[in-house]
Amino acid sequence: MPPDFISNLYVFILAGFVGFEVIKRVSPLLHTPLMSLTNALDAIVVVAAIIIAGRHETRLTTILGAIAVAASFSNMVGGFLITDRMLRMFKSRGSKQS
Amino acid sequence: MTELALQQYLDFVYIVAVVLFILSLKLLSSPVSARWGILAGEIGAALAVIATLFNPELVQYKWIIISLVIGAGVGVPLGMVHMTAVPQRTALSHAFGAMSAAIIGISEYYVGTRQVTRFEMGEISLEVIIGSLTFTGSLIAAGKLQEVLPQRPIVYRGQNIVSLSILAGALGLAVALVVNPTNTILFPIMVLVALIFGVMLVTPIGGADMPTVISLLNSYAGFSAALLGFVLNSKVLVVAGALDGSSGFILSVIMCKAMNRSFTNVMFGAFGQVQASAAGVKEERVVRSATPEEAASILAAANKVVVVPGYGMAVAQAQHKVRELYDLLTKKGVDVRFAIHPVAGRMPGHMNVLLAEADIPYDRLVEMDEINGDFPQTDVALIIGANDVTNPAARTDQSSPIFGMPILDVDKAHTVMVIKRSMNPGFAGIDNPLYYLDQTLMLFGDAKQFVGSIVKELGGH
Repeated sequence: MPPDFISNLYVFILAGFVGFEVIKRVSPLLHTPLMSLTNALDAIVVVAAIIIAGRHETRLTTILGAIAVAASFSNMVGGFLITDRMLRMFKSRGSKQS
Repeated sequence: MTELALQQYLDFVYIVAVVLFILSLKLLSSPVSARWGILAGEIGAALAVIATLFNPELVQYKWIIISLVIGAGVGVPLGMVHMTAVPQRTALSHAFGAMSAAIIGISEYYVGTRQVTRFEMGEISLEVIIGSLTFTGSLIAAGKLQEVLPQRPIVYRGQNIVSLSILAGALGLAVALVVNPTNTILFPIMVLVALIFGVMLVTPIGGADMPTVISLLNSYAGFSAALLGFVLNSKVLVVAGALDGSSGFILSVIMCKAMNRSFTNVMFGAFGQVQASAAGVKEERVVRSATPEEAASILAAANKVVVVPGYGMAVAQAQHKVRELYDLLTKKGVDVRFAIHPVAGRMPGHMNVLLAEADIPYDRLVEMDEINGDFPQTDVALIIGANDVTNPAARTDQSSPIFGMPILDVDKAHTVMVIKRSMNPGFAGIDNPLYYLDQTLMLFGDAKQFVGSIVKELGGH
């Protein structure tokens, strides 16, 4: 097993626990925004796609990379946008008057 | 040396991004701080993207810029969709996310074929299989939610065996690739088989199970990104993928519990098929119906009203009329609250978003466990487009297919009013004994029109 695998596994397991602890505290009220926000965060795969698209190894990988950049960046932009729109709609009775 | 130093600076920026991502989810714990959470996430994502553009491996920027512009051009309209379209938009974004992860894994295979080890081959294969099946599965889910595909479960005899053999086929090809990574012809076949499996996985699942399926696909999309992080040795992907994956996983567990069903039952049970025969044997029973005028006077005379919204409210686009009703009754001094069942609608939290969009304050939206104790003191429970989540048979009738599912105890309210198009059983085809109770009044009609008529009676417009 390559040593990188072990250190990645550490990170994965710890991040999984952090995710579990943080996410179980999210109010059910906000489960839809939670899903769109995690979607936007997950779109960070765009950084890997950018490298594939810009490394220019073969024509095939450049095309594949460019498709992946477009798809994941659309998730990032759209995900943050819709999450923000949703959260702006959640108002309590107190803030509604103001 | 300078390249190495730059690489370390980039890694440092990624660590900052990861911290901001975790903060972002943490701030989502309350609606008050949630918008700061978005800001934290946005800053983290922007830092990571900008830092990546300085990566010394990049030699040409043309395609990066073009595809970033296209991505933003697609993303903005997808971020501006109407709230009723949020479930299908979410399914579509799972498809996009999984597709990017799969594509990156595929290009990594074609770049690295020369020196790919067996271990790396295993990682890539697993990542590409999960990404590909999530891509097509999410597309089918989006199609069902958009109603371009039938929402009813599509099943045939021996389906589970066929589906599982296809999955086994994909895994078998992966094993063959691990044994001999140079056998390049197998790789595209494996991708194709995984894509087919994704279609087979979601096609048999009905619309009422969509909250679980969407959560599960969310979790797969996250784990495929995390696996991609293993393939590329990128910790930022491992963390973001693990966060997304655990979020989807937690939501699927919550959804399954709220339906008293297991994962396997949701994935392979094809809800809504078995019950068709059971629904046929019901005897004629008496229901009482009421007009909008009668309903309005009962509501106006009440002290405590609990509204129970369901998918039918979303379909009829009745949420804005419901808000008018809420405003009028509140003005008359009636205490109006909304009871939210975890699986009401087509995705987790669907009803909350629709009602918040209609400007109903979120402190009036109450979860099932909190509100169930209050139904005996409730004068009127008004059910709008919800069915199975109010079915008392889930508590009492052991032969009912939904027996054991936690429900909203609306039958304990003094008066129950149900807005419904007709007496046809709901999506799952299960008869609802609630409709035949003495205190139940059926309000037959379209949810939006009927609520509109009640509003008119109460002096609205």
